[in-house]
Amino acid sequence: MNGSKRSFGSGGSSSGGGGSRGRAGAAGAAGAAGKDGQRRPMFRRRKVCKFCSDKIDDINYKDVKLLMPFVPERAKILPRRISGTCAKHQRKLRTALMRARQLALIPYTSE
Amino acid sequence: MNRKYELVYVVSPDSTEEQVTELHTQIEGIVTRMGGTIEKTENWGRRKLAYVIGRHKEGTYVIEVIVGSGEIMKEIDRRLKVIPDVVIRHLVVRVDEDEKIVERARGLRTKTSQRRRLARGLPADRLPGEGQRDSDGDDRDDRFDMGGEDMR
Repeated sequence: MNGSKRSFGSGGSSSGGGGSRGRAGAAGAAGAAGKDGQRRPMFRRRKVCKFCSDKIDDINYKDVKLLMPFVPERAKILPRRISGTCAKHQRKLRTALMRARQLALIPYTSE
Repeated sequence: MNRKYELVYVVSPDSTEEQVTELHTQIEGIVTRMGGTIEKTENWGRRKLAYVIGRHKEGTYVIEVIVGSGEIMKEIDRRLKVIPDVVIRHLVVRVDEDEKIVERARGLRTKTSQRRRLARGLPADRLPGEGQRDSDGDDRDDRFDMGGEDMR
């Protein structure tokens, strides 16, 4: 437990990990809210799964507008630790993204 | 065996309008001959591709929702594979099971929401204008209660 907390802290202070990617919408930075407050009082927005909070049941491969935020510049799939998507929805998102890729709706890579 | 499939195919941008309709009638022919039905056809028109396929940068997307057996889809898949200069990409996805799951999740959520609303002495269904607005104003239904809005 302690180890995980430390990793959150270091990621935030070096501003290397989650925060600097700066995805709009559901993402925030690492969520060490409140727990180690006495040592390092920083505010991390708690990450919430976009699909859970918006009650989107159907992650469809045809819905490019919905999928686009999850493929950043390099067109790789945004990992869960950054987007905050829950495991169930990340799985569905992955299949949707891969289907959309096959149909050239979203890119595999960016040049 | 009645299953629901979604067929999406990308027609090359050089092909004419007639070729697209002809392709559609061909597929329709296969489906009806093998005892299935086409539930819906959608033409997205010409779209830019996310990456170059062959030498094409654009394509016409057509979506068909087909109800029938897997044999039909096998046949269509086989046919579409043979004409790579007309159909540059195609994809068949079975959708009935996913739809069922989505349906169930939605029903469950509505029921919980109604139960909670009744417990609080409110009418079961949300009235128009009640609760928070959708921020981006899309057309998703917002009938459901959002209790923990201050999570962000």
